[in-house]
Amino acid sequence: MPVDILSFENLICRYQGHEALTDVTFSVTAGDYVGIVGPNGSGKSTLIRVALGLVAPDAGQVTLFGVPVASFCEWRRIGYLPQSMRQFNPAFPATVEEVVRLGLLPHKRFPRRVGGRRDTPAVERALEALGITGIRGKLIGELSGGQQQRALLARAIVGRPELLILDEPTTALDPETRERFYTLLGELHGEEGTTIILVTHDTGAIGSMASRLIYVDRKIIFNGTLDDFCQSEKMTAFFGEASQHLICHRH
Amino acid sequence: MTIIDMFQYGFIQRALIAGSLIAVLCAVLGVYLVLHRLSLIGDGLAHVTFGSVALALFCNISPLAVTLAALPLVMLSSVGILKLMEKAKVFGDAAVGIVASLGIAIGVLLAGLSGGFSVDLFSYLFGNILSVSREEVIIAAVLFVVIIASVSLYYNELLAVTFDEELARTSGVHTGRINMILVLLTSLIVVLAMKVAGIMLVSALIVLPAVTALQIATGFRTALILAATCALLSVVAGIIASFALNIPAGATIILLNFSLFLSAFLGRRLVLRH
Repeated sequence: MPVDILSFENLICRYQGHEALTDVTFSVTAGDYVGIVGPNGSGKSTLIRVALGLVAPDAGQVTLFGVPVASFCEWRRIGYLPQSMRQFNPAFPATVEEVVRLGLLPHKRFPRRVGGRRDTPAVERALEALGITGIRGKLIGELSGGQQQRALLARAIVGRPELLILDEPTTALDPETRERFYTLLGELHGEEGTTIILVTHDTGAIGSMASRLIYVDRKIIFNGTLDDFCQSEKMTAFFGEASQHLICHRH
Repeated sequence: MTIIDMFQYGFIQRALIAGSLIAVLCAVLGVYLVLHRLSLIGDGLAHVTFGSVALALFCNISPLAVTLAALPLVMLSSVGILKLMEKAKVFGDAAVGIVASLGIAIGVLLAGLSGGFSVDLFSYLFGNILSVSREEVIIAAVLFVVIIASVSLYYNELLAVTFDEELARTSGVHTGRINMILVLLTSLIVVLAMKVAGIMLVSALIVLPAVTALQIATGFRTALILAATCALLSVVAGIIASFALNIPAGATIILLNFSLFLSAFLGRRLVLRH
């Protein structure tokens, strides 16, 4: 029986007086590849931040691996890649390798030493998987948006997490890098069995890979496969035929 | 008199030992604070130190004990700055501004009540490293061990929080605890550094070596080592120059630090151009 890795129950989040998320209920089970889509300001990123305990909900329950998120402490089971829109201080003196090593922190006990001989294979594997071995010594702030994103993804996967949460990771990427990025996610999901939650605007691209599509617009509008989405009369009525066709076009 | 002769004097030896220890600590913490956009916390806490020193002098506490007497209030203020940022959602610079102005106001009020600024208070305002006592050298050495041990033990957590606080939280780092450790260590060093550079210049000891290192560092560990080296060089050269030329030590140290920053900045621009 599939195990719930992440679940939301009757979640309500308010932001500056209005409800950013209303009555959100769904769960993600082990081995899922879930694409969360929706327009700007629809609450997608808020949903992710609530899932990670970065924002406290106003009502409802959120559990990670069966534990309420507020008391969750097994962070080694989770890899997180934040929105690519953030830019790091160009003067920040951490190298790509130093940033990737930080992804091993959840695996360590006090004093949390990372980067020792035992950690080398994991760091090498992550750098290689993302094709950033050649820039390991470069400062993170001096890299392009795409390179920064790859370094942060390497940081997210270095500890081989069971659940990988990615918040609009491809915004700063060129089409070629984006394709490679999706291929890598497919490999992580297919070969390592990593559960993936991907927040994106790129509905068509993710529809072909994700096992499930969740359309959010302050509440859950749709939760199912892309095939179901494309055939749903309810969705045709909601989006209009043209918009629905556009979303399903690349499938 | 040669430079070697200078080192025979006990006060020069004490100044060099205490100054070097304090400068290295300021520089190491400075790297974290500058990257955390808390550069001015040193300045704010120095102003609180002024208020605390005024209070200690007002209460007729002996000059030797003033440093220790100022410590609890300054530590409390550093926690206050953090809480203003976290709970009241006040920006870091505004939180520092609030606490700094409070410190100055208390200092001026107490100085007024005690009949004006005394010579003692002025010595804390502008610092006099050449008057460092043996006890103060011991305090500096103890704090050096405490602060370097803390930074070593929390090295990766401090780096994670400085790099990105949200990412650090999702790595299981207790960001609140780490920020608290950072500001408490800062308050310790600010109180200690007032003897070297004086309350007016202490934040320069924190900020200048850090920003110099950030111009040329090729990694985080390198940044810490470079900042500590710059601080050490300027303190040793500053003390020697101060004694040899009969000029104020604190100001000389800061100007030497600024020269190093300027050199690093221009050097980096030259390298980038080619």
